[in-house]
Amino acid sequence: MVESHCGFQRNATHVASHRCTVTEHRAVNERYRYLRLAAAADLANATRPGQFYQLHCPPTGATPPFLLRPMSVYGTGPEPGTIEFLYNVTGVGTRALAGLPVGGQMDIVGPLGNTFGLRPSDRRILVVARGVGLATMAPLLRQAAAGGMAITAVMSARSPADLMRDEFLRGAVADVHVVHDSDGSSRVEAVERLLRRLLAERHHDAVYTCGSHRLLMALQTILADHPETRGEVAMEQRMACGMGVCLSCVRLFDIAGDRQFLRVCREGPVFPIREVVGEVEFG
Amino acid sequence: MADLSVRLGALALRNPVMPASGCFAIEYAEALDLGRLGALVVKSVSPQSRVGNPTPRVAETHGGMLNSIGIPSKGLSYYRERVLPPYVGFGTPVVVSISADTADDFAEAVAELSLPEVAAIEANISCPNLEADGMAFAMTAETTYRVVQAIRRRTAHPVWAKLTPNASQIAAVARAAEEAGADALVMGNTVLGMAIDIRSRKPKLGNVMGGLSGPAIKPIALRMVHQCYRAVRIPVIGCGGIASADDAIEFMLAGAAAVQVGTASFIDPGAMQKVIDGLDAYCTEQGVARLRELTGQVDIDHQLSDRWMRFAQLSG
Repeated sequence: MVESHCGFQRNATHVASHRCTVTEHRAVNERYRYLRLAAAADLANATRPGQFYQLHCPPTGATPPFLLRPMSVYGTGPEPGTIEFLYNVTGVGTRALAGLPVGGQMDIVGPLGNTFGLRPSDRRILVVARGVGLATMAPLLRQAAAGGMAITAVMSARSPADLMRDEFLRGAVADVHVVHDSDGSSRVEAVERLLRRLLAERHHDAVYTCGSHRLLMALQTILADHPETRGEVAMEQRMACGMGVCLSCVRLFDIAGDRQFLRVCREGPVFPIREVVGEVEFG
Repeated sequence: MADLSVRLGALALRNPVMPASGCFAIEYAEALDLGRLGALVVKSVSPQSRVGNPTPRVAETHGGMLNSIGIPSKGLSYYRERVLPPYVGFGTPVVVSISADTADDFAEAVAELSLPEVAAIEANISCPNLEADGMAFAMTAETTYRVVQAIRRRTAHPVWAKLTPNASQIAAVARAAEEAGADALVMGNTVLGMAIDIRSRKPKLGNVMGGLSGPAIKPIALRMVHQCYRAVRIPVIGCGGIASADDAIEFMLAGAAAVQVGTASFIDPGAMQKVIDGLDAYCTEQGVARLRELTGQVDIDHQLSDRWMRFAQLSG
């Protein structure tokens, strides 16, 4: 995956701006939207699970988006130029994006960021997803399923209507456990009990998560009792360049006692769960 | 192919396009051929180790962005050993940008980084001067003169003074930098600004205030480049909101000998190459044989107001 080259961590052989055509764009449910783009370049082979692109959201309204919007890849292929995103409309950029018509055009920059550290020798993995975090982990599930690995999935959503089970699994077979805010089953203490039980019942080679800081912190605590299980999280942070240049997207990590700020866009977005230093109120 | 080469004092560049410090790092080698740029300007280094400012460090604004990164730095020796080497070897002049808290620190850092592999040193005198209660050196002519003179005494390398658009008497500041021995001016830097989230009522930047960059500041930077061009004889390097070849031409007509591209690279990492290609296309289209001859060629009618007065007198 990551190679050290030319004095910096290279995440892609080549990063470029790609002009894409919208081939499908629709609502998945009340909260989430699905976007499918076609590019001339072979994005499917250039993009690895966990990576993201910066989207040039179309200028609309009185406050056109200026910065690009980082968005993790939900899927690629089967055509080489096809790339898919699953997103939540939350602000100026995603609102502008939601108005993009099929047949319209949009520039995207990438691929950016590192990838999940799935190992071919892994036999069973646990994925813990909440909200749009499932879009980030969907390519990982595909990769694990293709590698013949068993998957345990814990899915957390506000309500059953928000859960995107089919969108998450996309045909992969998994032992799925669903928790919701609407019935209280998604409270951190309840999920922590569930995760402890799942990890005690069967050995998992690795745990992956995305989409909830509270679940991340709970997993960090739980993994202290499972030293043989790797843990990785795909993190988010406000960013400008997306390539490791501007240093705006840093977060604090503890790497074997050495505390350092790392760039979510370059050294991440995927980091070992054990190295995350929990932070509150720092954007 | 037009002749895009320019001269900045003793330094010859293959073309006038270089990155703005802070908006460039070796990671762009993934998206650009660094061997085709005019120069490589590395992110500022400070002698003191700094972790930078709290996040969020960036916020979007209309036609631009605010940042409060805070120049994270691991000091000069780390910079010499780990940061600088990857930039050498592209056949493109490497410019080191230095930021320091006091005039003495500045001079010492400049002396230490006056290395054979360094083509020029950009002194980011837009940073806070701790001896003047945090006010940037380049805010006044006096502090500009003092810091540039201190730097000049410690290096034989070309010194570029990076001025701030937050200064009000920019011509006086530019002249002070020239008189103190700067070889070129970089005009300018970000404009101090602020943004507030009206729902949370919190500032959008962790550091409350930050620097505005992008197309939103281009007219300000262009005006100040022109003022500097009229005030000094040394070359002026234009910087501020340049995103296209048209922008770069505008800055050259206003008086810039070269240009720096900053925020535009965040929107398109290939932006600098597109500016270079666009300059070549402009020269071909306009029949310009040597791009450098455009510097300062804005066509200003100096008798316009006299003529207007005479014309107006004919009116009722």
